[in-house]
Amino acid sequence: MATVELRDIRKTYLKDEIIKGVSLTIEDREFVVFVGPSGCGKSTLLRMIAGLEDITAGDLLIDGRRVNDVEPAKRGLAMVFQSYALYPHMDVYKNMEFGLKLAGMPASERSAKIRDVARILQLEPYLHHKPGQLSGGQRQRVAIGRAIVRNPKVFLFDEPLSNLDAALRGQMRVELATLHRRLNATTIYVTHDQVEAMTMADKIVVLQGGVVEQVGSPLELYHHPRNLFVAKFIGSPPMNFIPVVVETSSTESVTVRLPDETFLDVPVDGSNTPAGTALTLGIRPEHVALDEPGLAGQVEIVERLGAATLFHIRLRDGQLLVAQSDGAADHPLDSGVSVGLPPRHCHLFGADGLALAAHARHPLLA
Amino acid sequence: MTTAARTGRVDRAGLAMLSPAVVILLIWSIVPLVMTLWYSFRNYNLVDPTLHGFAGIDNYRYLLTDPDFITSLINTLVLVAGVLFVSVGIGTLLAVLYDQEFFGRGIARVLVISPFFVMPTVAALVWKNLMLHPIYGVYSSMMRAVGLTPVDWLQQFPMATVMMIVAWEWLPFSVLILLTAVQSLDSEQKEAARMDGAGPVARFRYIIVPHLARAITVVIMIETIYLLTIFAEISVTTAGGPGVASTNLAFLIYARALLQFDVGGASAGGMAAIVIANIVAVFLVRAVARNLEV
Amino acid sequence: MAIKRPKSHTFAIGLLGWAIACWVFFPIAWMALTSFKTEVDAIATPPQFIFRPSLASYHEVFARANYWHFTLNTVAISLGATIVALALSVPAAYAMAFIPSQRTRGTLLWMLSTRMLPPVGVLVPIYLLARNTHLLDTLTGLGIVDMLTNLPIIVWMLFTFFREVPAPILEAGRMDGASRWQEMTLVLLPLALPGIASTALLSIILCWNESFWSLNLTSSQAAPLAAFIASFSSPEGLFFGKLSAASTLAVAPILVFGWFSQKQLVRGLTFGAVK
Repeated sequence: MATVELRDIRKTYLKDEIIKGVSLTIEDREFVVFVGPSGCGKSTLLRMIAGLEDITAGDLLIDGRRVNDVEPAKRGLAMVFQSYALYPHMDVYKNMEFGLKLAGMPASERSAKIRDVARILQLEPYLHHKPGQLSGGQRQRVAIGRAIVRNPKVFLFDEPLSNLDAALRGQMRVELATLHRRLNATTIYVTHDQVEAMTMADKIVVLQGGVVEQVGSPLELYHHPRNLFVAKFIGSPPMNFIPVVVETSSTESVTVRLPDETFLDVPVDGSNTPAGTALTLGIRPEHVALDEPGLAGQVEIVERLGAATLFHIRLRDGQLLVAQSDGAADHPLDSGVSVGLPPRHCHLFGADGLALAAHARHPLLA
Repeated sequence: MTTAARTGRVDRAGLAMLSPAVVILLIWSIVPLVMTLWYSFRNYNLVDPTLHGFAGIDNYRYLLTDPDFITSLINTLVLVAGVLFVSVGIGTLLAVLYDQEFFGRGIARVLVISPFFVMPTVAALVWKNLMLHPIYGVYSSMMRAVGLTPVDWLQQFPMATVMMIVAWEWLPFSVLILLTAVQSLDSEQKEAARMDGAGPVARFRYIIVPHLARAITVVIMIETIYLLTIFAEISVTTAGGPGVASTNLAFLIYARALLQFDVGGASAGGMAAIVIANIVAVFLVRAVARNLEV
Repeated sequence: MAIKRPKSHTFAIGLLGWAIACWVFFPIAWMALTSFKTEVDAIATPPQFIFRPSLASYHEVFARANYWHFTLNTVAISLGATIVALALSVPAAYAMAFIPSQRTRGTLLWMLSTRMLPPVGVLVPIYLLARNTHLLDTLTGLGIVDMLTNLPIIVWMLFTFFREVPAPILEAGRMDGASRWQEMTLVLLPLALPGIASTALLSIILCWNESFWSLNLTSSQAAPLAAFIASFSSPEGLFFGKLSAASTLAVAPILVFGWFSQKQLVRGLTFGAVK
């Protein structure tokens, strides 16, 4: 049982505030992913939870106990570092044993534990190899094993897969998810890779500039981004954005004027957006409807991914729009197309970047 | 993220670990300095106890108007600059030479760096007596063998000869460092330069020398520290002579303090040496800070 | 080097390399050679390369001065000063490398600048301090001074070595429950051992060859080899054979030591200038 709670956590370094008041509750057994562009403060936040960085202000509670001033090892956490940070002078066995030994666990108990973990992670043949003799994936497993043997209440992962090649990364992602199910431990995972975030998280925390932009389940973030930043950051290929102006608005819907002077009625709450307000309309590539009545344009680039095809379409006003279609879709280069924007898939963002509240929830989230 | 962002509790641990070394160095650098400063304003002669009391700036006036002081000052700088020039210049060339593949290179390298391990007194004695002695020295014999008249090097060219001996001691150090640096040069870079049509001279000038910049900084820094305070070589070979022709500041102060027992005057000289060292240090430390990304 | 060149070039380069090596090494070789000559052979003109080796000079040197006394002093001072200096500088370098603050850079440069103080500038006070504390002509006295002169360079060298150790490895240690002390002794030191060894080597060599303080702070009791040599250069008449034998005795241990540790030593001497 372990919950982690952050209450208005702040970090100032050399007068620069890097973490600007983060409040967050992480439930027991939850898999939480901190995601954001580099420099957003996600690693710093993780290191503050770990105890490797001091907390300038705010409270950090683990299982309800304030641990701001508790030594890292006494917080009941284990961490897997990006570079693995294995002890190069110790073999795999000793790497996993180090923490247990320092904690004063008897040798027989240590041995049983390490062998158990080594079996789970298929590390048994390598117990007496030094880290230098292992492959990247094996080192990664040792780093995870070193965390597991300590039986922590909370696992911390700092971009653990970023040093692996693409194939191995996919494999480790599945292994980590399986492991999490098996261990049932609270996990905080930092990554800049939104695919990792989407696939593994129970809850994603999107950070930017030391501020939490949105907290929610992967689909929540995908279908109901709270603001422009989250809308841009989550999803690949990214959401399309089109500048629009409000024609009429009500609490039921907002009618916007598109660049080609046509109108679109979007079912969102428009109570605070009078006519004439400039907004940004967002629509994901897979929702752009090819060959439906709507905006006219010309196919400029076709990216065939096999299962799907991406059409980069140059609109009349010069803007580029990406539409995703199935692998069989066929539109020759330079041919003219018309793209429809289904209103229920459209997002509207105000000048402050915040999304206008949608009336319909995504069926999976309802 | 680095470990830089720490405060309070952890900082204290760092301070506790750092302070023994800092405190002891602080004492080591301050106490004698203050004492030297104090004595430099006193009349203090070890053999003439009647002469005591406050001397004001007399010691400094004598020092600054003493032609020996000016000579020794110039000698100090000439010695440092000359030896640095030789050891960096020739050292770079030798580093490139010993980077080449040839028969028995390993042994040749060991022979070249050997003088670094020889203590200064021995180096000076061997050069003075076995090599350069006007009658029995090997070099004199060689000169006679080709029909030249042997030269009493230490009498006729005292500074140049002392410099030569010191350069012999310090050249190995720069070869050692610069050779390591040359070896660390990425061979792809050299090959790329070759593909671009750079000949050996151009490669040396545009690839190797810039690559050595940091290593050369280190050589200059470490050697300057030692060259400013060259003592044993002069003491053993020329004892600063003839006259003061090969006296550097270090030897001058030594002569004042321990040969003439003039502690006040020697201390004033010491202060001068400290001031000069600090001027040099400011430049050096800046260069080091820039080049070594501390 | 992957660059190919004609055989004749390789030969010319080899010849040049060997010629310079021989010239540089010649004084040392000649010193060793002369030490096995009789005094008569030693001053023969022209100098003799072929002669009947004799141990006469060595016999005389051993009869005249207690070589082992000087050597033991040198070993004691070099080792003692090195151990104490390491004990002081390992924590200092650790703190600077892994707990840097805004003052770290300044502290390091300041330490280095203390090394630039000319010893002769503070000769008088140090001499008087040593005399007043009865440390004149004692192993402790000279050891302390040697330790202090080398301390900045040792801190600097260790600092550059420690900085090469990735910080996350130490942090992993902390996460595993290591105290600062355990982090340093169980994680850092084993990793930095080669660097520490080369630092120790340099310190020993510097202490062994230190002449200025050796000559000025000792007379008989604690005199190291530097002083032993000085006693053979007295102006009462030159004896090349004895001088060479004494010099060879003083230099040989550290020279052989240096040859064997050369590779290890050079890593540290670059002070991080060569990665």
